[in-house]
Amino acid sequence: MALVLEGITKRFPGVLANDDVSLSVAPGEVVALLGENGAGKSTLMNILYGLYSADEGTITIDGEEMTLGSSADAIAAGIGMVHQHFMLVPVFTVTENVVLGQEPTGFGGMIDRDIARETVMNISERYNLRVDPDALIENIPVGVQQRVEIIKVMNREAEFVIFDEPTAVLTPQEVEEFFGILEGLQADGKGIVFITHKLGEAIRVADRIVVMRGGKVVGEALPAETTQQDLANMMVGRSVDLTVPKESASPGDVVLEVRDLVVLDSRNVKAVDGVSFDVRAGEIVGIAGVQGNGQTELIEGITGLRPVMSGSVRMGETDITDAHPRDLHQLGVSHIPEDRQGSGLVLDFSVLENMILDSYYDRPFSRGVFMDWASTRETAQDLVKQYDVRTPGIDVPVSTLSGGNQQKVIVAREFAREVELVIAAQPTRGIDVGSIEYIHTQIVAKRDAGAAVLVVSSELDEVMALADRIIVLYHGRVAGEFAPDAEVTDIGLAMLGSAP
Amino acid sequence: MDRVETTTPEVVLRTSVEERRATIIGVVLMALAAVVLGVFAFGVPSDASSTFNLSLPTDSIQNVSLTFNSRIFSAVAGVLIFALGANRLRRRNLERTNTALGIGLMLFVLALLAWAAADSSFSLVGMLRSTVISSIVITLGALTGLTCERAGVINIGIEGQLLTGAFVAVVLSSAFGTWAGVAGAMLAGALLGALLAWLAIRFSVDQIIAGVVINILAVGLTSFLASRVLSEAQDLNAPARVSSIRIPLLADIPVIGPMFFDHTFFVYVTFILVVALHIGFFRTRWGLRARSVGEHPKAADTLGIDVLKVRYRNVIGAGLIAGFGGAFLALAQISRFEENMTGGIGFIGLAAMIFGRWLPFGALAAGLVFGFSGALAQKVGILGTGIPSEFMLMLPYVATVIVVAGLVGRARAPAADGQPYIKQ
Amino acid sequence: MTDTRLPEKEPTPPQRSPMMDRVTGVGTSVARSLVLPTLAMLTALIIGAIIIAFSDIEILRLLFDDPGAAAGQMVSEVSRAYRALFRGSLGSVNSLSESLFAATPLLLAGLSVALGFRAGLFNIGAQGQMLMGGLAATYVGVYVSLPGIIHIPLTLLAGFAGGMIWGGLAGLLKARTGAHEVITTIMGNFIAVFFMQWVLTTGIQDPGRNNPVSAELVTSARLPRLFGVDYRVTIGLLLAIAFVFAVHWLLYQSSIGFEFRAVGSNPKAGSYAGMNVAIVVTLAMALAGGLAGMAGANQVMGLEPYKATPALAGAVGFDAITVALLGRSNPVGVLWAALLFGALAAGGREMQGAAQVPIDLVVVLQALIVIFVAAPGMIRAIYRVKGREEKPTQMTTGWGS
Repeated sequence: MALVLEGITKRFPGVLANDDVSLSVAPGEVVALLGENGAGKSTLMNILYGLYSADEGTITIDGEEMTLGSSADAIAAGIGMVHQHFMLVPVFTVTENVVLGQEPTGFGGMIDRDIARETVMNISERYNLRVDPDALIENIPVGVQQRVEIIKVMNREAEFVIFDEPTAVLTPQEVEEFFGILEGLQADGKGIVFITHKLGEAIRVADRIVVMRGGKVVGEALPAETTQQDLANMMVGRSVDLTVPKESASPGDVVLEVRDLVVLDSRNVKAVDGVSFDVRAGEIVGIAGVQGNGQTELIEGITGLRPVMSGSVRMGETDITDAHPRDLHQLGVSHIPEDRQGSGLVLDFSVLENMILDSYYDRPFSRGVFMDWASTRETAQDLVKQYDVRTPGIDVPVSTLSGGNQQKVIVAREFAREVELVIAAQPTRGIDVGSIEYIHTQIVAKRDAGAAVLVVSSELDEVMALADRIIVLYHGRVAGEFAPDAEVTDIGLAMLGSAP
Repeated sequence: MDRVETTTPEVVLRTSVEERRATIIGVVLMALAAVVLGVFAFGVPSDASSTFNLSLPTDSIQNVSLTFNSRIFSAVAGVLIFALGANRLRRRNLERTNTALGIGLMLFVLALLAWAAADSSFSLVGMLRSTVISSIVITLGALTGLTCERAGVINIGIEGQLLTGAFVAVVLSSAFGTWAGVAGAMLAGALLGALLAWLAIRFSVDQIIAGVVINILAVGLTSFLASRVLSEAQDLNAPARVSSIRIPLLADIPVIGPMFFDHTFFVYVTFILVVALHIGFFRTRWGLRARSVGEHPKAADTLGIDVLKVRYRNVIGAGLIAGFGGAFLALAQISRFEENMTGGIGFIGLAAMIFGRWLPFGALAAGLVFGFSGALAQKVGILGTGIPSEFMLMLPYVATVIVVAGLVGRARAPAADGQPYIKQ
Repeated sequence: MTDTRLPEKEPTPPQRSPMMDRVTGVGTSVARSLVLPTLAMLTALIIGAIIIAFSDIEILRLLFDDPGAAAGQMVSEVSRAYRALFRGSLGSVNSLSESLFAATPLLLAGLSVALGFRAGLFNIGAQGQMLMGGLAATYVGVYVSLPGIIHIPLTLLAGFAGGMIWGGLAGLLKARTGAHEVITTIMGNFIAVFFMQWVLTTGIQDPGRNNPVSAELVTSARLPRLFGVDYRVTIGLLLAIAFVFAVHWLLYQSSIGFEFRAVGSNPKAGSYAGMNVAIVVTLAMALAGGLAGMAGANQVMGLEPYKATPALAGAVGFDAITVALLGRSNPVGVLWAALLFGALAAGGREMQGAAQVPIDLVVVLQALIVIFVAAPGMIRAIYRVKGREEKPTQMTTGWGS
């Protein structure tokens, strides 16, 4: 009854995403699929789930070849997928999301709500996935949403389940619960493919680990016989240094002072619920926490992008609560936003135009109403060289650059001037290794030049590597403050809300 | 954790937006009260009386009417409106703002009518009946719009679909009778819908641009054909008469009867359509799938739902509704084709869709409100007040602007509304 | 347990970015950039020919009796129509003048719509803005007496102001309440018509007339003809062309234009970068309204009988949308598009007069041309031309603010 992928090849324009990849999963087996983004694992799974079609290769279940031209085909073949970004309709209930596409109907196509609810509760009980069938998805926490996704998959009587980065958005305790669910599925004879880039989890949970790199399978390992370092080397192909070189900090005066900050999110719920902290010149403060605990709203509140309900934000002597982004810019605040394509760049604009996006209004880039393109071009060209932005020229649309280089454009823009306060939100999300190292170096350099730095990251490792002081946010409150050499378990507990 | 924490506690705090809206509406109500008291109450002689006729000559129960002293009526209305406005200014019970506005407006309109009819009478029931008739095209336009938008496609081309439907209905009805006209109109609407869907889905043309261009195409084509064909062959601009169908028993209920149960079949079909769409969207599996496509097309795709096919189906189906609306306009309301005869009513339909929160029953209610504003404009014009008729004619359009400016609160459109779905 | 993990590389394939309708993109050769519009025009004319042929009742009746003769008549009818179209647009000096004359308001109004698009706004209200601009200009043109050299700019300025207020209102509504400008500007069109009807039957009404017509403009407020009395084209054309450069400068050489384009493409990034989106939206709609207002002023100052009526905008307000779309919202592109559609308008009048083909066919042709240009895939499919993958012309982000 094994699921076997054989010789899968997939080409996109300019990229060989999968190169003669073979993989097999047996019932009751957990296979971890490891690799960086761009290694081809997501592509492979999308092919398996019918979202893409392979150029070459076969997929067989129990020896029988399958054509998977759409998700419907995959579902019919007994393959289910829980995506990294949940495929749930926020305004529908749990039940509606579970039965969508396979609704129990009566006369005239009308949905039988009782049967639907029953179906959900049955599966819920069988696999210990506690949910409220009538709750709206937008009102339930992320861990519960994941359970809904799993119920959805089980509702289609999947025999093989693909999990794409399932623990990315879970708290440490939710991760433990998830592993329990995984064991339950395994015991029920389901074959599981578990895509991740978290080496420790792969070793912990999998029966077999398959490593992909550059579109190929580069190695297989048994968890008992390998180490994280080995796996890391396989994934990247070279020895990788996972730390950031920096000296210890010598903090000076307080630059940023946040007191009792309360910020509401878009649904008028308190996302930031009375947060206070300081950031000093010459130090990096890292905000850790699982995504969705108020970090985004905290940064938006501090940078004036979201109205502050109560509390204050001060920069030195000046009260900057609800300040206009331009005023902050003039006060020497630089902001690297979380969503670089949505908030940090105008994708249609050229590299040049993006370089001056927040400083175009003043000298030397313009005088009054008149843009001075000549000096702007010079400056932009210098910055491109200085910050190692790989681009064919400064006039190409910034959308043609890779994520890492796009981020470098933003960093160049934000760091090329005198700044007193740096606010960086998820600065290295979705970026290649080389660019990450570069950006980390730049951030440390700014600190050493005397700036106060505030970094928010959902990757605990990044926070621990960069920060001189760590603050954990949970449900909008400060759940703990730690030195970077603290025990990870302590920090993890704080991320969960149980301060030691 | 023993107790299952399956929902995050929601703490809904008062927001400045809702408070500001309450203040604005409070002030508006008080201004209205001032007008009512100053103009409607004390602008008429103290002995003037108004009569609202509640029966039509065709009713079985005759001579039902309300007569009262104009000044007292308006004065009472004015005081009530003032009270409602003052209450809004206290900024409590913010969720009741819309109700207060609704009641206040209703009182204002009644006082306006009392003033306009001082020392005379007018047919209130007649006005209510023409409200329903005026509302049908708007409601059908709104239903067209929401059928598309619930699946994630913005349809600005409703105006063009109505116009084209009207033209085809007139020509075919003149030649072959009413049913041919209606069928042809629905087909025409569906074809234009197919064009919109094709442009937006297959060629990724921006949905609003596609809709605008389709409107222009429809205006050009129908005007061209009207000049070229209809002016030559006058007999093609003489559609068959569509007579009212009076529903026995129900039509005899005073006021409600003539208002809802004595109409052409178009009106009854519209009512049925509202119910059918409600059930369709919220109780059937097709509705669930269509809505999922409008809210989160990627999720629908991963569950094996054919997103593009659903969008095509909804837009073309909506086109049938718009064509039907055009047929009603041309065959039952105006009974001939005139260039540009839709006069923007398709866009009012869009506003009604937004006002009605993308719900079929909401579309019906909103259509009635907009229809009422049109009927009111007409009636006040006839009654001969000092207000220039042009301002009264503006009323539905101004009302539309007020609605989309959110003075009656905000609603959420389907999440993926207007965004093309691009499969990788 | 330290969970070491490796950072992620960016995902492939690269995400598609929502792009606005742009000038023919980076790296397109001139030849390629002309092929498409030409084919679009050709296809539109072919479809137009079919419409002309099959909408003549006489011919249709003949088709059943004598298909051969019918076909012959169709051909002669179509060629008569298109010959007239050509004659009226380019066939004589007078035709050229008429084409330029028709192009003038199209250019101004087209710039108005294009400016809006560049700032991410759908200005469907050029019609109403023209009316309000024309009205304001009429007041200044009727009641004020000044030497022409001052009077003309003053009247034009009034036109700008009138349209600016009307457009600015829609912009303000969008900025403050999020009201989508598609609906508010369309409603504005209707409200403007009724308003005009009322105003023109009161104070400024033409004495001796009962319908909504204004009094006549004083001679010093009338736009002088460019090529002598025999040809209708006025200095309005020069004004319009000047504005092509002005709008180009605004969009690409000024900091204001930088903000317009940034907000038009990504308002969130714009506001993160410190731009005031509300002001940008209001200002853009106001300026766009002003341009359309001047087009309206042109309509009263530049043609007989130099009086304002609620119909002064004609179909220009809507044609302007097709002009802007064809010109891809680029000032120079709008210029070419306005010239083309102006020629079609002039030719259409001749076609209506000489060949009895209603001028509305021109509207159909315009719409078809725009459809083909906006969906190049259609042309490619018909003519089997290879091309790049479809670039979405995505601008809409739903109704929300």
